[in-house]
Amino acid sequence: MFAIFTQFADWLTYSIFGLSPDSKLGDAVHFFIEDVSKIYALLIVMIYVVALLRASLNVERVRDYLSGKNRGIGYLLGSGFGAITPFCSCSSIPVFLGFTSAGIPVGITMSFLLTSPLINEVAILLLMSLLGWKFTLLYVVIGISVGTLGGFFLDSIKAERWLQSFAAKALAQGQQNDQTNHSQTATAMPLAQRHEFAKDETLEIFSRVWKWVIIGVGLGAALHGFVPDGWIEQYLGDGQWWSVPAAVLLGIPLYSNATGVIPVMESLIINGLPIGTTLAFCMSTVAASFPEFILLKQVMQWRLLATVFLLLLVSFTAVGWIFNAFSSFL
Amino acid sequence: MKQIKVLGSGCTKCTKTAELIDKLAQESGVHVNVTKETDPQVIMRYGVMSTPAVVIDEQLVHSGSIPHRDQVQTWLTQE
Repeated sequence: MFAIFTQFADWLTYSIFGLSPDSKLGDAVHFFIEDVSKIYALLIVMIYVVALLRASLNVERVRDYLSGKNRGIGYLLGSGFGAITPFCSCSSIPVFLGFTSAGIPVGITMSFLLTSPLINEVAILLLMSLLGWKFTLLYVVIGISVGTLGGFFLDSIKAERWLQSFAAKALAQGQQNDQTNHSQTATAMPLAQRHEFAKDETLEIFSRVWKWVIIGVGLGAALHGFVPDGWIEQYLGDGQWWSVPAAVLLGIPLYSNATGVIPVMESLIINGLPIGTTLAFCMSTVAASFPEFILLKQVMQWRLLATVFLLLLVSFTAVGWIFNAFSSFL
Repeated sequence: MKQIKVLGSGCTKCTKTAELIDKLAQESGVHVNVTKETDPQVIMRYGVMSTPAVVIDEQLVHSGSIPHRDQVQTWLTQE
């Protein structure tokens, strides 16, 4: 099914550009063209299809559903909805406050917000096509677990103590008037309206992520063509315990979304970087970014902000070590 | 004169929304006062969770995306 992209890259690289298939440059250019064309085609088709399916799901409905849920299952549900609900990261503050003022515990809200950047439909489908279903399943399970356990942890240390005072007040009020006003009733959405939504969504997401794909694949191609075979394996292989925390730290200043980082993951793994180290690096790049953390300052005190940040770094490091240790069983 | 507020944390979509409303109002000769509201406390008070959102004369009319041109036109011409 994907052979057409290989043929297209063959034709463009070797016939049109006249590069030799044996040269490093030819190899890198071929890889770049094949991956970019494949990813663009996949993205457009997949964003459209997924948007069509989830057109009627939105944060307001998730809030109504989550409020009043028992905590035990709440973290898992929060994390799960974080994965599938479409929402732009610039809305995270209003979403946080919306959930909070509906009386939803901080931990469940954070489960939602932590999982959201890690897992989304574009990331899942890209992972499937580039790295296979086993890796994808693994990635999703880890993402959901980080969100679920992170939320549970934050509630068990009573993180709500460290909210900004107006947010804490909103939470207390929300928990008092328990009856939730179900603002919207689920109405069946006609197909025409779904198509309209899916079309807008496809244009919107594609215009946001296309450059990330170029950057991600470009880096991947550079790695692919110019880093000597075995170099990564020798110097950053799983024998070096420090390579995982180093990868996590390196990921913090780099900020990308999941779409851009997946092509990089592909080439890192092909080049022999251990799976756990790769996962740790990528999760840190996607989820731990300073600009977004600074935004959260509006609703959280420094202490909570630092706790959440450390929590992420520790969990990504743990994920990396665990997977490096067990990678031989995969 | 209509008082129009665009609610949002200052992301590009919110800026675009405000610009669109301004532009269409000028084109159709309607006098409006468009302001951007970025304070999360205020956004919370309107009960908005997805930004950009549009408030006209204290009435929430839209949230979650950049509004369509036709939609904006209707708001502008409605009394």
